[in-house]
Amino acid sequence: MDPASVLWEETVEAGASWSHVLKRGTVLRIIDIEGGANVGALFYNFECPVERYNMADTLKAQHIARLTEGFVLYSDMGRILCSVVADSVGWHDPLGGCSSAALVTAKYGESRYQEARNQCHRNGRDSFLVELGKWGLGPRDLVPNVNFFSRVSVGEDGGMEFLEGNSRPGMYVELRAEMNVLTVLNTCPHPLDPNPKYAPKPVHLAIRRGTPPGAGDPCRLSRPENGRGFTLTERYFL
Amino acid sequence: MSGIRVVESRLDPATAVYSFEIPAGEPWLHEVRKGQYFRIVDLKGNQAVDTLFYNAHDYSDRYSAQDTIREQRNIYLTTGTKLMSTGGTALLTIVADTCGRHDTLGGACATESNMVRYAIEKRFMHACRNSFLKGVTEWGRGLEKRDITCNINFFMNVPVTPEGKLTFEDGISDPGKYVEMRAETDVLAAISNCPQLNNPCNAYNPTPVQVLIWDGAL
Repeated sequence: MDPASVLWEETVEAGASWSHVLKRGTVLRIIDIEGGANVGALFYNFECPVERYNMADTLKAQHIARLTEGFVLYSDMGRILCSVVADSVGWHDPLGGCSSAALVTAKYGESRYQEARNQCHRNGRDSFLVELGKWGLGPRDLVPNVNFFSRVSVGEDGGMEFLEGNSRPGMYVELRAEMNVLTVLNTCPHPLDPNPKYAPKPVHLAIRRGTPPGAGDPCRLSRPENGRGFTLTERYFL
Repeated sequence: MSGIRVVESRLDPATAVYSFEIPAGEPWLHEVRKGQYFRIVDLKGNQAVDTLFYNAHDYSDRYSAQDTIREQRNIYLTTGTKLMSTGGTALLTIVADTCGRHDTLGGACATESNMVRYAIEKRFMHACRNSFLKGVTEWGRGLEKRDITCNINFFMNVPVTPEGKLTFEDGISDPGKYVEMRAETDVLAAISNCPQLNNPCNAYNPTPVQVLIWDGAL
């Protein structure tokens, strides 16, 4: 990545939340600074947020239960919100969901702002709701989320297992916005992370202008479904 | 197939307080009160029954696929599964299941996702999310598209592999198989009896299903 092409960058602290409207054609790189980060993420069509990331449509259109380079994130309206254009991790979790206040308290004990100040424990669900609230959205807009940098594998019997050490320091994933995408992130620990200690990790974000997906774009060509997904997304802007 | 466990119910359909046959391709919404038992019968076999649940007292607190599978650390739904809400409430518990395994990752079909998955010309084929939209609009009380989220597909077979692949496979249900739930709180159930003709989820022939409700304390 050419540093001169970066429009702006920012570090999201551990256990914090963030939101921004990624403009169509820009690329967000998320970098796991220390290794072992988790980034809970939700995506909405900024112009009509009732169109939003749809886990099921994303998985079944591409026959996947993981996300990596070449795959895309579908909305419930047959359009592509973001494409995964680069990934040095190899597996991001679309299944595990987010933690709640009850889960975090049961797992790590209570840690309130009054005593712990900005090191207090935060959870994924409340972080999403606070950030969504800033855009006029709320609990009805909470849908299954992605967890970047985390891996949950599914056994033959359907059992779910969190794999530690999935992401190492400096690893990154890049998302190219195919629409104007309200992107809501938080760096709370993955709900299945077995670490008994509350240990969220920071991530670094860098946004740059990307190259539009041409006829030979790897995400467009990775599956025939994605070719149609790009066509439908491009029609939306005609 | 590993992990399939069949549990039968002792409830007699003759004592049910409610019974209705949902034709293929139709929506159905109905409240199930705390303590009542709710059964869905796959009358003809291999029929996907797309189902959403809401806390009847707060529709913003609704069935959550991710919370449900994470809570039990397993992606398949069967006897013993607690159907969790986004707010952390157990809405219902599956208490009997003669099919043995149900999906909650495949979502509901939509005219839009059919265009992506099959062909842009498929746009005008009937789909579950059109049924859900019709159903919630007729139900009213503020329910709308925003409230249609990730559902359960009863009787549907969507295996995931350790390598992270997901496929729609032939069903493992047969005529007369059923799943039965006990409501742990007052819930609103919303069903789309799936009209999908493009994949094997309904054996390419959508058919009616029966819903039954019994009062509790049995």
